[in-house]
Amino acid sequence: MAQVEAELHPQAEAAPKPQGYWSGVIRRLAGDKVAMACLIVIALLILSAVFAPWLGLADPYRGSMIARLKPIGTEGHILGTDEQGRDMLARLIYGGRLTLFIGLMPVVFAFFIGSALGIAAGYVGGMTNTIIMRVVDVFFAFPSVLLAIAISGALGAGITNSLVSLTIVFIPPVTRVAEAVTSGVRSLDYIDAARASGAGALTVIRVHVIGNVLSPIFVYATSLTSVCMILAAGLSFLGIGVRPPEPEWGLMLNTLRAAIYVDPWLAALPGVMIFATSLCLNLLSDGLRSAMNVRD
Amino acid sequence: MLSYFLRRLILVLPVAFGVSVVCFMLVQIAPGDPLTAIMPVDATAEQQAAMRAAYGLDKPVPVQYLIWIANLLQGDMGRSIATGRPVAGEVFGAVGNSLLLAFSAAIIAFPIGTFLGFLAGYFRDTIMDRAVTAISIAGVSVPNYWLGIVLVIIFSVNLGWLPSMGAGPGGSQDWHWDWTHIRHLILPAVTLAVVPIGIVARTVRALAGDILSMDFVQALYAKGMSRGDVLRHVARNAAATALSVMGLQLGYLLGGSILIETVFNWPGSGFLLSNAIFQRDLPLLQGTILILAMFFVAMNLIVDVAQAAIDPRIKRS
Repeated sequence: MAQVEAELHPQAEAAPKPQGYWSGVIRRLAGDKVAMACLIVIALLILSAVFAPWLGLADPYRGSMIARLKPIGTEGHILGTDEQGRDMLARLIYGGRLTLFIGLMPVVFAFFIGSALGIAAGYVGGMTNTIIMRVVDVFFAFPSVLLAIAISGALGAGITNSLVSLTIVFIPPVTRVAEAVTSGVRSLDYIDAARASGAGALTVIRVHVIGNVLSPIFVYATSLTSVCMILAAGLSFLGIGVRPPEPEWGLMLNTLRAAIYVDPWLAALPGVMIFATSLCLNLLSDGLRSAMNVRD
Repeated sequence: MLSYFLRRLILVLPVAFGVSVVCFMLVQIAPGDPLTAIMPVDATAEQQAAMRAAYGLDKPVPVQYLIWIANLLQGDMGRSIATGRPVAGEVFGAVGNSLLLAFSAAIIAFPIGTFLGFLAGYFRDTIMDRAVTAISIAGVSVPNYWLGIVLVIIFSVNLGWLPSMGAGPGGSQDWHWDWTHIRHLILPAVTLAVVPIGIVARTVRALAGDILSMDFVQALYAKGMSRGDVLRHVARNAAATALSVMGLQLGYLLGGSILIETVFNWPGSGFLLSNAIFQRDLPLLQGTILILAMFFVAMNLIVDVAQAAIDPRIKRS
């Protein structure tokens, strides 16, 4: 019977299922082996950081004077111990909590604030645009590392201060991209049509602008996550980020520096975590860019 | 050309003004009283007020800014709280060492990055292209302060070939172009060069690929021009954009070397900056940031003007 149906209405089967934009993006991303591998690594890092207390790890804060700087592969300490005898595996996994949090949240904050500023500047134009974009220009006059260190250095060490300074660093680039795409969309005919039919500015932005500008801004923001991770860990490495004894990769790299003559590869371990995470974030962002068909 | 330069210069002034405001604000956002570091703990309220007046801290913030900027324009950036020496002298001495490091890194990074990027763009979608892309992604993803430590582990700790810190005998003041000094420069310069190698390779790859697929390249081949001559045309087309990316990278190298200078105890502006941060020496922090940012602004201006000089299309737009 089903066969007869199919023969009678061949087009019913042949017609392609209508596909939404997002299902296309997910399908293309799923076909990208490199991006998927990176996504899995990042997901594992985040999950292990979140569920660290339930993984049966050693206490990341409890040191031991007699078990300091045990090499990688020591019985009971697979990845050895740090300069205070604390278990490295536990500290690396717990370290993901602060490192990933401070490394990713500023981009999330900057994405929302920068998009709002950029869309406002691009859509309203005129004086609003001039004021917002000239202020952005000033922040562009600082190399990002310098700006992050300057603000964190002035505010002092601490998690909140790191979040604040990194968010300030990443708002200007997001704003600039958001302004550019919004200005492009703003000049299209359907925006004029919507305005002519009496829609207010907020309605036009909500219905017609946001849907068309958010994907390029989002892809751009994901490309910033790797830099933000490196900078966040760099602030802690300099001693103006997370305070000891919290486990954090940049800070661990700093405190283990003194041990490079004792056990060099142990001392380099926290950096491997930073490198691997930032590499995966970059590759995932590249995959997302091509899956979403965003051009530079 | 001169009118283009002047037009660009006028556009830079508001940015420079904004940069000075941001640097001034750095001290304002800092928690705590800027005078606690130098005021005796048993100072009476009157002495405190006198001290405050002497430093101009009793005046409203905009007035303080005007006084600060007026002094600045006369070359007076205040005194370091930690050493008591004028900030300007300390900063300019250190910036020289940073420039040395940044230029050395640039000399390593730009030719290598250009070469790799060109190879990838020319042999697009081959194994060569994929190898270069992998190198450049690794280059921009690596935390360079960690890479510095790894290089120290390999070349100083294990092999013992190169020194791991400082700028050679004589410290920061006494640089000579001989092996005893250059040995100290190699590791930090190579470390610093890795990120720009990745960025330049990426840019040149995209540029070369785009230009090679343009119609004029086909036309040049069609009229019988040799491969080398065609590539010269391609290079001239890519030069302006490649130059602007490299100019900006040079600016980033100077500002971004802070972490590397800390790893290698290189006596440059970044090292000065991290000392200023730990001693809560806010005038020194402010002065160092200001000079580095102003250098970056100047670098942007030079890049724009040089780009217009090479590519006449930019001047007209």
